[in-house]
Amino acid sequence: MSSFKGRNIISLRDMTTPDLWKIVTTAEEVKSGKHRGCLLDKTIASLFFEPSTRTRLSFESAVVKSGGSVFGFADPGSSSQKKGESFSDSIRTVTGYCDAMVIRHPVEGAARLASEVASVPVINAGDGANQHPTQTFLDLFTIYEEFGRLENLKIGIMGDLKYGRTVHSLTHAMSLFGAEMVFISPPSLEMPSTILSDLSDKGVHFRTAKTPEDAADMNLDILYVTRIQKERFGDPLEYKNVAHGYRIDRNTIASLGEQVRIMHPLPRIDEIAEEVDNTPNAIYFTQAHNGVPTRQALLGLVTGGIN
Amino acid sequence: MERAYKVYAINNGTVIDHIPTPLALKVVEILGLGNEGIFTIGVGFQSKSLPGGKDILKIENRILLESETDTIALIAPDATINIIKDGRVSEKRIISIPQSIYGVMQCPNPNCATNKLGAHRHFELEDKNTMTYRCQYCERVTEILPENLTAPE
Repeated sequence: MSSFKGRNIISLRDMTTPDLWKIVTTAEEVKSGKHRGCLLDKTIASLFFEPSTRTRLSFESAVVKSGGSVFGFADPGSSSQKKGESFSDSIRTVTGYCDAMVIRHPVEGAARLASEVASVPVINAGDGANQHPTQTFLDLFTIYEEFGRLENLKIGIMGDLKYGRTVHSLTHAMSLFGAEMVFISPPSLEMPSTILSDLSDKGVHFRTAKTPEDAADMNLDILYVTRIQKERFGDPLEYKNVAHGYRIDRNTIASLGEQVRIMHPLPRIDEIAEEVDNTPNAIYFTQAHNGVPTRQALLGLVTGGIN
Repeated sequence: MERAYKVYAINNGTVIDHIPTPLALKVVEILGLGNEGIFTIGVGFQSKSLPGGKDILKIENRILLESETDTIALIAPDATINIIKDGRVSEKRIISIPQSIYGVMQCPNPNCATNKLGAHRHFELEDKNTMTYRCQYCERVTEILPENLTAPE
């Protein structure tokens, strides 16, 4: 594992398994009250070139809770790019104002480019359809917190598996820990064949299924649900039919077994019935809340506040 | 009647033979030869190894760097390259596809930072067997297609 101090966090592809362990265990320490004030006297720039309320608030909460201060903008309308300044020039300028910067941008590769011109660590908070590494870190931390381990779990991943960057990153991460996986999606939104052949090459055990009930025999530890977006379907009726079959309720949980834990990166629309919220199976709000200690840990590590 | 010569011989420079027809002009483009010195091209010669014909490119007074000749391997992996000094072949250069490609390949993803934000194009070899490369910005994996190769940035 290379040291985290001064490091850019751009893509899961740059992370080793020991790196992921370091982030997860540090997040656990932060949540248990260790590393208080790890961002004291640190200033973090929060540059959101596209809106993302949940991720932005989670990062900003992480900074404030750790004793740091945060500035930035929540949409590109308030940035100098509106005046025609290049992205690289914006980053070169802001790098002199802060100790680390968090960037979300609709263009794929924007965070990588920022990391090349910035002199402070850059954390990618989502670059188009490419990467959103901190979502995967908080997912891993939530799994670790719930099961006490990351290794050899059985996980079902359901929803839009074709376009969802969250599920691609999670699949990659869980494959590093020997997970057995089932990919549940409508035929038009299946996991890309390149990812499936990568998994085969690595010897990962996986299968595909059309409904969560098809995986009932697996005794899944986790069912990770993602949203199926209406805009992926040309025909609204087709969307309605597909979405209806991908709704998790108490009956789904009964068929998967009471051991299953339901995760979701949120926002949820109607793919998980509200009746699930108060069951011990639902851990998606804990998962969202875990974004804060995970991001505290990460910011502390890259700024040197945590060793 | 046998042709006296196919393309004028050169005294000093680089000769690239066995370029599949009609890719010699693409080689000129990716080497950025456009406005620089003298080069001569022969297109559509018969070839035993290339059923569609071969092109020859002779560049006068310029010894290509290995990084440049390896770029040629992206579209003409069987090209032969001779370095000419004082009218003689001074080096027969073996080419192999490069580990890294800078500048000459455009990312096919229109939403990539190289196309939208001015990031410098950079690909790394992903799989030698399938000749696929990964963009170091948007991380998409792409095959080498002549139409994605352009003049250097």
